[in-house]
Amino acid sequence: MSETTEFQPYAILPGETISLDKYKNDKDVIKIGPGLLHEKQQVTAIKAGTLKNHNNQKWWIDSSQRRYVPSLNEHVIGKIIAKTQDYFRVDIGSAHSALLSTLAFEGATKRNKPNLEIGALVYARVSLANKDMEPELECISATTGKANGFGELKDGFLIKCSLGLCRSLLNPNTPILTALGEHFAFETAVGMNGRVWINTPDISNTILLSNAIKNSEFLSAKEIKQMVKELVKQSEDDMEL
Amino acid sequence: MNRELEPSINEKNFLYNALRQGKRIDGRGIYDVRNIRITFGNQYGHVQVQLGKTRVFANVSWEIVKPYPDQPTEGFLRFNTEMSPMASPEFEAEKLSEVEVIVSRLLEKALRRSRAIDTEGLCIIAGEKVWSIRVDIRVLDHEGNITDCACIAAIAALYHFRRPEYTIEDDEVTILPLDQCNPVPLSIHHTPICISFAFFDEGELMVVDPNLLEEQVKEGDMTITLNSHKELCIIHKAGGIPLEIDQILRCTKIASVKVSEITELINNALKEDEKKRE
Repeated sequence: MSETTEFQPYAILPGETISLDKYKNDKDVIKIGPGLLHEKQQVTAIKAGTLKNHNNQKWWIDSSQRRYVPSLNEHVIGKIIAKTQDYFRVDIGSAHSALLSTLAFEGATKRNKPNLEIGALVYARVSLANKDMEPELECISATTGKANGFGELKDGFLIKCSLGLCRSLLNPNTPILTALGEHFAFETAVGMNGRVWINTPDISNTILLSNAIKNSEFLSAKEIKQMVKELVKQSEDDMEL
Repeated sequence: MNRELEPSINEKNFLYNALRQGKRIDGRGIYDVRNIRITFGNQYGHVQVQLGKTRVFANVSWEIVKPYPDQPTEGFLRFNTEMSPMASPEFEAEKLSEVEVIVSRLLEKALRRSRAIDTEGLCIIAGEKVWSIRVDIRVLDHEGNITDCACIAAIAALYHFRRPEYTIEDDEVTILPLDQCNPVPLSIHHTPICISFAFFDEGELMVVDPNLLEEQVKEGDMTITLNSHKELCIIHKAGGIPLEIDQILRCTKIASVKVSEITELINNALKEDEKKRE
């Protein structure tokens, strides 16, 4: 077993090549992930961001952009922009609007179709994503055929943020959501297309939560805890007034 | 509006419910204007203004041209606004959007027709040569209220701009190079600033400096342009729900307070920039 050197994540720009030789053992299989391109025996970065790896075997670039590119099996929040007999047209923020079949809901039949208005929000799964075709969505789980959280999102508020923030929000131990969860009761749906839906029974709490989440993108865990503490204190002071 | 750009039902309802309780979705008060940041570039006349997340960039340049024959002593002041698709998906490249037309017309009225810039002072040789000053405005980020942001950018850029000195000998104008003679600022009489309002619920609810969602959901809007001497330059209300007289008067009072704050901000930013250049 040859020596492998310790790897530190670093910022990288498109066009830079990476040599992975000093990080791998001879019999390791290296997997190249998002933001990296392997051609002509070289691994080149094609996105700007931070180069990261997992166990020196999986390599990818963590980058944050705002425009969404649909990808299979990702969960997204879409807005209905048109409806026909067989499908809804849904805007998910990508280059093309997506199609959501009226039968792709739990318990939907030809007679019993879901009644979604134009402008309604849905939480759905991307079931077809191809750069040459319109993406397609489904509101049922791929495996069980049950809703599993998909479907219409009623009330609440929607905020738009960067894709990187959404990815970090999907981590169950993300600092911002755990810090907020200690003080507020809320439900939230995170779309990988840069949209987050938040709902609490109280309007000022929803406003507070949505602004806290938007501001938390570049803060460290300690700063997030501090910010949440200050926000809670401020809202308690406002209540007393 | 294109269906894709309209906000969802959830966002609209939430905005209305919050406003009815006196709250705005970004946590501001109803009369609060967002944070304004003015950054000057290295070249004179180059400025970037941020109003919250709305970002507008202005650049002033000069040219010497022949004046119109019926106005031989008047120089030119031209505004060119460009809204790139980078700012918002509602702007398409090469296609003139409604917002673009409204903003450029408002700027012309606010800065040219209100005689903020003395165009007679731009004359070099009557009937032959005058200065033609051109202000290029580029919108980089649209998060609501481009009008106010563009106006602050334009006036700050005009204050910051310096035109070169010149000498006249027998009908020949020589522009002195910048290293020989310091360039000269334009003669600006007053500082008109635009303040925009958005109205909801048949005029019952009003907000100052609407952000993007408030602009998309609003039922009516009004822009009032004043200067710090409390002189009214423009009231612009194009369509939308009708307003009562006392509402308009109230808006003018609010606008005059905001205008004096913003004028002070611009003056401080200009002073700081001057200090840096010394």
